[in-house]
Amino acid sequence: MDKVDAVVVGGGLAGLSAAYNLAKEGIQVLVLERGDHPGSKNVTGGRLYLNPIRSYMPELWPEAPLERLVTREMITLMGEESSLTLDFSSTKFRDEPAHSYTILRSRFDRWFGEQVMAKGGFVVPQRRVTDVLNDNGRVVGVVSDGEEILADVVIAADGALSLLAEKAGLRDPLSSKHAAVGVKEVIHLPERAIEERFGVRAEEGVSRLFFGSITKGVFGAGFLYTNRDTLSLGLVVRIDSFLDHEPTKAVHELLEEFKEREEVVSLIKGGELAEYSAHIIPEAANQALPQPYGDGILVVGDAAGFTINMGITVRGMEFAMASGCLAAETVKKARDKGDFSKNTLGLYAELLKESFVLKDMETFRDNLEVLENPRTLNYYPQLACRLMEEIFWIGDGPKERVSSTMWRAIKEGFLNLRGLRDLLKFKRI
Amino acid sequence: MEPADKLALNAFKTDEETHIVIQQETCRECQEQYCLYVCPGGLYSFNEDTGDLVVEYSGCLECGSCRVACPHGALEWNYPCGRFGVQYRYG
Repeated sequence: MDKVDAVVVGGGLAGLSAAYNLAKEGIQVLVLERGDHPGSKNVTGGRLYLNPIRSYMPELWPEAPLERLVTREMITLMGEESSLTLDFSSTKFRDEPAHSYTILRSRFDRWFGEQVMAKGGFVVPQRRVTDVLNDNGRVVGVVSDGEEILADVVIAADGALSLLAEKAGLRDPLSSKHAAVGVKEVIHLPERAIEERFGVRAEEGVSRLFFGSITKGVFGAGFLYTNRDTLSLGLVVRIDSFLDHEPTKAVHELLEEFKEREEVVSLIKGGELAEYSAHIIPEAANQALPQPYGDGILVVGDAAGFTINMGITVRGMEFAMASGCLAAETVKKARDKGDFSKNTLGLYAELLKESFVLKDMETFRDNLEVLENPRTLNYYPQLACRLMEEIFWIGDGPKERVSSTMWRAIKEGFLNLRGLRDLLKFKRI
Repeated sequence: MEPADKLALNAFKTDEETHIVIQQETCRECQEQYCLYVCPGGLYSFNEDTGDLVVEYSGCLECGSCRVACPHGALEWNYPCGRFGVQYRYG
């Protein structure tokens, strides 16, 4: 094959965003996707927030195959045998332009790949990339199952593990301290049943998060999103955290126990399991990010570690799309200059710094440290549930004032050295 | 529900060759055996007769958790060749 302007490795959101913008500029771009079509290897929880990325590709959204507009946000603190749910809805979530949609990636990415093709990009499925081509330390192309493909620039969009960035010497293998594993079941349920069960209108949906005893003291959370006619139900746990935990439970056992909880049973009742998926999530905060560029190469999306755990949500897809767009902008400038060296491609890092991608990562960089505190996900949800139980329970003796019950809980939870220290830390979320 | 029953619902295209190569000498000595717990498909097990670590690679969800979790670097882990492996219909 002749040399191409740009080769993108991986047809996920980051890679397709880069390719879409390159193709739009008339730059010859080849996307190598190892699955049968873009999206066939991709998994999210998940939901997509549109506001951060709308300006990058405004024309994309009116036709995009998204699932349900999220108009209801629910967070459940799980005790051992009780739970406390915060249920928030606002008409603001219905305002145009849309705030956030649930999404299934196989469907969305496949469509996005078609948009890249419509702009003149080439998306080639069933092509695995095994290595980068090196010429004196400069990346000059890739090897795809034996075939060498030369390119002015390679965009590594091969996901959280990014074997390619590793081979290019830009990063170390992902460590268990900086990675979470997500497991998910897609459960079929008729549209009407979803709307009745979750109290949402047609085309609208709910996002639910579950903290506390479901992860048995392991750093993680459960989630449930309503799609058009399916539910996405799953669990995310940080790898080192659950392996260190005694006794170690398999991640699929944790998921089963989560599903057995009364709070969840009633939500998925009568649903039919349609697919079981798993994915790894980089959770490095700002600490262990690889340099996202080198001579002849740019790294985008999960491959570059662009995700944040905000506690109330784990975000990666917006960062993937924005970084892909910024990579394309960088390639365009490099092409105008006729120089794809590290010096020119370093512009990418500047653009990232000016964008929400690295700004948000900086804002939330201490989040993990706070959330990782076992008390955050174990003790406090239990305390809140216990407090509620005491308030609502009418026993056979005299009932204590509600304010006294609450005061006792506050004293126990926060008016001690550990509690005060935790409170100070919560400020950093 | 066992993970194997869940995997049976997924679309897989199985290659004849494994994409996960196990260094048995290392695994035989392994104390942690993290792969047994971290794999969402529950695909790792020890063969009781031979003592070998076995992975049912055809049910691999390609998350890479085993590669990340193994403290000894005993898994030579690659993505399956193009055309093969899990094909998510929902994702």
